[in-house]
Amino acid sequence: MTEAIPLQAVLIVSAAMFVCGALCMATKRNAVGILMGVELVLNASNLNFVAFAQYTPFGLDGQMFALFGIVMPAAEAAIALAIILNFYNNHLTVDVDRANELKL
Amino acid sequence: MQDPGILYVIAVAIPLASFLILLIGGKRLGIVAAYIACAAILTSFAISTYGLVRYAREGNLFAAPAHHGGEAHGQSTKPSATFVAFRADADHQAGESAEHSPHDSEQGHDGGLVWSGQIRWTAFGEDEIRLGYHVDNLTVVMFFMVTLVASLIHIYSIGYMHEELHDPVHDPLAVERGQPPLERPGRFPRFFTYLSLFCFSMLGLVLSDNIFLVFVFWELVGVCSYLLIGFYYERRSAYRAAIKAFVTNRVGDFGMIVGLAIIWTTLGTFTFEETRVALAEGKLSGVLLTVAGLCIFAGCVGKSAQFPLHVWLPDAMEGPTPVSALIHAATMVAAGVYLVGRFYFLFSPEALLIIAIVGGITLFMAGTIAIVQTDIKRVLAYSTISQLGYMMLGLGVGGWVAGLFHLITHAFFKALLFLCSGSVIHAAGTQEMPEMGGLLRKMPITAITMLVGTLAIAGIPLFSGYYSKDAILAYTLYFAQQNGGLLGPALFLLAIGGAAITSFYMFRLWFMTFTGEPRDHHVYEHAHESPPVMTIPLIVLAVLSLIGGYGLGIGQPPAIELALQNGPAAHGAVFHPPHDVHTLAGTFAFGAVVLGIGLAVLFYGIQLLSPDDVAAQFPRLYQFLWNKWYFDELYAFLFVRPVLRISQWARSFDWNIIDGIVDGTAAWTVRLATMDGRFDFFIIDGIVNILGEVTYWFGERVRRIQTGLIRQYIVFLVVGTVAALALLFYVTSLFAR
Repeated sequence: MTEAIPLQAVLIVSAAMFVCGALCMATKRNAVGILMGVELVLNASNLNFVAFAQYTPFGLDGQMFALFGIVMPAAEAAIALAIILNFYNNHLTVDVDRANELKL
Repeated sequence: MQDPGILYVIAVAIPLASFLILLIGGKRLGIVAAYIACAAILTSFAISTYGLVRYAREGNLFAAPAHHGGEAHGQSTKPSATFVAFRADADHQAGESAEHSPHDSEQGHDGGLVWSGQIRWTAFGEDEIRLGYHVDNLTVVMFFMVTLVASLIHIYSIGYMHEELHDPVHDPLAVERGQPPLERPGRFPRFFTYLSLFCFSMLGLVLSDNIFLVFVFWELVGVCSYLLIGFYYERRSAYRAAIKAFVTNRVGDFGMIVGLAIIWTTLGTFTFEETRVALAEGKLSGVLLTVAGLCIFAGCVGKSAQFPLHVWLPDAMEGPTPVSALIHAATMVAAGVYLVGRFYFLFSPEALLIIAIVGGITLFMAGTIAIVQTDIKRVLAYSTISQLGYMMLGLGVGGWVAGLFHLITHAFFKALLFLCSGSVIHAAGTQEMPEMGGLLRKMPITAITMLVGTLAIAGIPLFSGYYSKDAILAYTLYFAQQNGGLLGPALFLLAIGGAAITSFYMFRLWFMTFTGEPRDHHVYEHAHESPPVMTIPLIVLAVLSLIGGYGLGIGQPPAIELALQNGPAAHGAVFHPPHDVHTLAGTFAFGAVVLGIGLAVLFYGIQLLSPDDVAAQFPRLYQFLWNKWYFDELYAFLFVRPVLRISQWARSFDWNIIDGIVDGTAAWTVRLATMDGRFDFFIIDGIVNILGEVTYWFGERVRRIQTGLIRQYIVFLVVGTVAALALLFYVTSLFAR
């Protein structure tokens, strides 16, 4: 169990996660689902940061970026959920396709 | 006061002040305007009377000369072979006396009394023009005459112009065809405004000491004449007459300006005194002197209505009658004669000869025309021209005193005659003598005073006209005797004939107006004697017409004659024809006058002969006289129509060429502007519009992508990113190889 996990494995997982997240964003009509897809995409990128960090001479840089990548989406989620709640108040739905009123 | 000349300046300024007050006061003043104007001119009259008395005392004005009388004509009875002789004589005297200091203010020429003063006005190079007054015996006498006559006419006008006080005034003569009778506001104050301005101008003219200032006042007088002739300017005939008077005077004034230029360029001065001294020194002589004299005389011809510029005066009768009396009989037209008298030393013998000839022609021509006229004022107008001709003749033949003497007496009796005719017109409502008749019973004061005026102008002994006209005739006869040839006798015959004609037409006028049966009963019923404000001036003038030729004592020569010759103004031009010549001329004149009166009595008094028969006997002559020798037609043919034609050419030139150029320029500008506008519209605006269109079109296309579907955006995002990465890899792989 001490042998390191190969980089390719990590990248494959991260790529899979990214694709899952992207697909989720592209297919879900539920705003909360899209938010979850966004989280997936961000976490895929966090995984990449951490994975590549081993190969750089800068120490914990990758991990630091990953931390940012966790904290920022938390704040983002708070704002997004507030928007979604307001949207729900006004339209009694969270279907993003109905949120087209800013369009001309 | 130290210098009484200043008083005269004040006397000139008072009517000017009155004019300004009336001008500012305007219509509000009403009848007060008349009182202001009358007060002004009466004050001037009072001052001039004081001036006359003082001048007479200090200057010994009325002293009978020792040499006057049958035995003492030594210097002038010398036989002189040519007409130049007496001028040379006069020049000789002038030369002698020029040794006195001419610039001495108190003791001028001939030791005569002169009150004068000057201020500098302006300068051209080294020569300067000065404004000044010059009071000598001629000024004093003229000033007295003008203020006296003007005062009486002012007073008379209060009555005569009374109608103008009403508002509105009906003017039956100012009717255009097919229009209702004209109603207009009364113009009473305006009349007196003009009269005041006129008095100022005339008095200024008399007082001026230089020809330039005289010219200024000369024109002012002309303007007043214009304004007053056109006083009833709604009447077509009136405004036409005003324009005619003004334009005719311009012709003469043109000559006068040329004369001024000659004097200025050769002598460098305008003052009479300096001109006289310079001429005595011979600075200007020969042909140029004659030309200068004739040019100045041309102005006098225009102003004094001499042949051939007399045509304006009869038409000037369109003005109110007091104006005719004041301006066109007594004073303004006398300005020309006055100037000839004042500038007498300027005229060379040749120029004087021309003056005499012009005077002779004028007096005869105007007299003949007056015979057939039926308008009472026109008869008087032609008689005025005729009498002015006498004055010019008198001056021309050397009778300086006689001509100016006649000027004064004529002013009295012609003002009287005009005011009487005004009284008749006022009463009868018509100017046509054939509609009058028998008015003697209706208006006795007017009739009697007019008879006095008629006797005076005809030259009946004991009336003023007799003395002055006889003097002119005596000088003319003396001139004829002294100079051989036909000219002198011809002039004398014209003058004698003129005397006969004068008495004929004047008595014709009087008989037709006042005696016989009333020819128009409507006029006769309407007639009435004028109010005292009009008749009192008549009586005063009648007295003056009677006594104007009297001396200050029994056996004395006429006072006015003495006043004229006993002073510096005469410049030694005074000489007297011998007594026998005087007697002979007087006899001839008296015969002619009696002949004229006799004929008038035969035709119009007792109506033994019928004037219509005579007219039928000589239809050509009658038509010739009735149409005033066809002067108006001649001038229309010679001047008026060519001028009109030229002005039509000028008009069409203006219309077609000048206006064409302007219009063409405008058209081209418009065309250019149109093209510019099109360029702006299509090219500049087009580019901007196309830019907008393209942007709009592009936006229309691009907005399709903006679906608002967030999932679609994500797909685009992902696909785009993948595509971009693929492209990146592909490109890097290309370079890597």
